[in-house]
Amino acid sequence: MLDTRYRVEIPGGIHLEAQVVGPIPRAFAYAIDLIIRGIIIVALWFASIPLGLSGMGGGVFLIFLFVIEWLYPVLFEVFARGQTPGKKMFGISVINDDLSPVTLGTSLVRNLLRTVDFLPLFYLVGLVAMLSNRRFQRLGDMAAGTLVISVREAARPAAMEEVQPLAPSTPLSRADQTSIINFLQRSPQLSRPRQQELAAILEGVTHEKGDNGIEYLHRIGAWFLGVR
Amino acid sequence: MKQHEFEAQHEALWQRIDAALEKPSQGDNSKFLAEQYLHLCQQLAIAKERMYDGALLARLNKLALELYRELYRYRSETRLNFYAFYKRDFPLAIYRHRFYILLAFLVMVLPGLVAGAWTYLDEDSIYSVVDGSQVRQVERMYDPQADKLGRERESETDILMFGFYIKNNISVAFRCFAGGLLLGIGTLLVLFFNGMFMGSIAGHLTRLDYVDTFYPFVAGHGSFELTAIVFSGAAGLRLGYAILNPGQSSRLDSLRQAGRDVVPMLYGIVLMLVIAAFLEAFWSSNGTLPIAVKYAVAAVLWGLVLLYSFSGRRHGSR
Repeated sequence: MLDTRYRVEIPGGIHLEAQVVGPIPRAFAYAIDLIIRGIIIVALWFASIPLGLSGMGGGVFLIFLFVIEWLYPVLFEVFARGQTPGKKMFGISVINDDLSPVTLGTSLVRNLLRTVDFLPLFYLVGLVAMLSNRRFQRLGDMAAGTLVISVREAARPAAMEEVQPLAPSTPLSRADQTSIINFLQRSPQLSRPRQQELAAILEGVTHEKGDNGIEYLHRIGAWFLGVR
Repeated sequence: MKQHEFEAQHEALWQRIDAALEKPSQGDNSKFLAEQYLHLCQQLAIAKERMYDGALLARLNKLALELYRELYRYRSETRLNFYAFYKRDFPLAIYRHRFYILLAFLVMVLPGLVAGAWTYLDEDSIYSVVDGSQVRQVERMYDPQADKLGRERESETDILMFGFYIKNNISVAFRCFAGGLLLGIGTLLVLFFNGMFMGSIAGHLTRLDYVDTFYPFVAGHGSFELTAIVFSGAAGLRLGYAILNPGQSSRLDSLRQAGRDVVPMLYGIVLMLVIAAFLEAFWSSNGTLPIAVKYAVAAVLWGLVLLYSFSGRRHGSR
């Protein structure tokens, strides 16, 4: 099964989870960054003309060219919470594999090794590497010990319709309670027949048929949630 | 406790944490966040234990992750301590990479010497290593008639060349390092061909008797530049060897460890190449100074670089 969850125990004594991000959003983010870099380079070229391209202007331009070519991602990852402008647009961020912020050293390693991931062309090596491990790490990520994770806001559950809570007639285990709560909260995204299908599985327990079964489950779900 | 009760009890705190994370450095926010870190961790643990629903767990997880990232933003390794780097970290990294440095040195210098001897003895052999137009360009650069050394055209100023050397040389060093990820082969190729190229140019110019222009030019900045290229090769070989022979750890862990170990080498390489570019652009190109002065300064520079490179021994326990 394809599971993009990545778990790490942090010093707080708990496990934190993050969603690792695959090649598609990363490629889009890279494309955006490429365009931004191109614009910066062209702008710098025009800015350095008045300073003289064979003198001061040319020298400064070449230094900036070097910085943008090699250090553009490093500077943004270190100073802007692991996000280049492209990554920010797509809600993804670079992070160390212990989920601590990326440091100058790890960012430098992962970005210098980009050269190899790019080989033989269009990031073929990087793509194959990403698809061959569960954390979607390209070679540079493996050497640096970094991940690209999603930092999108988690989807809030859709607002529930008013349900009258009802105490269940028999005690239920925590896991059963959670399933029924999840059924209640996911109901707005499920079609009516699918809800009936799911509720029918529990017909032996609820002794309710069809829409009545759904309503009964919703009501005890609300009771478990603590709706008053 | 029912989930809604739990949420009602902590909602205000979570919103305050969320707001503080927006502007972590403002006012008392950092203090507040540090204080709430363990509380939030505990609340997440409780929510998990009580199997509250996925949306709440995801929300608390995201909040805890962001708070954790904020707390660990300022670790010692993110603060660059130049003095500690100069006195300890870089020499120690050099010492720990000593076998890789030796190997990188040999792979660059031996083919260079062979190519140099060959082009010195045989007039046409240079063209089997270096392309014809490039040979003529180098010949013009070190022509004893030229008044600016190491330049193809008179219009090229020191500052332009400084930018050029920064971009060119550091890019070569970075590529040399990155090639190590290909089991070290990429690094070996970069070192080998750079050695061949430099050796054959030196041999060829010696044959043409451009000795008094070429060697005083390269001797000075060569100290920093060649050493840094060898270091970048060593860092690359360290990566390659970590994959080939991971020892007791997995290949992935071994590579990751190597990736951490080479970081001071990378900082050092960049620093050395910036110094080299500065020397090459502003000092080496000066053709008016007596050759003896140039050689004397070169000797001092080489002495400094070598002394420094060997100074890590006293920090190394293995």
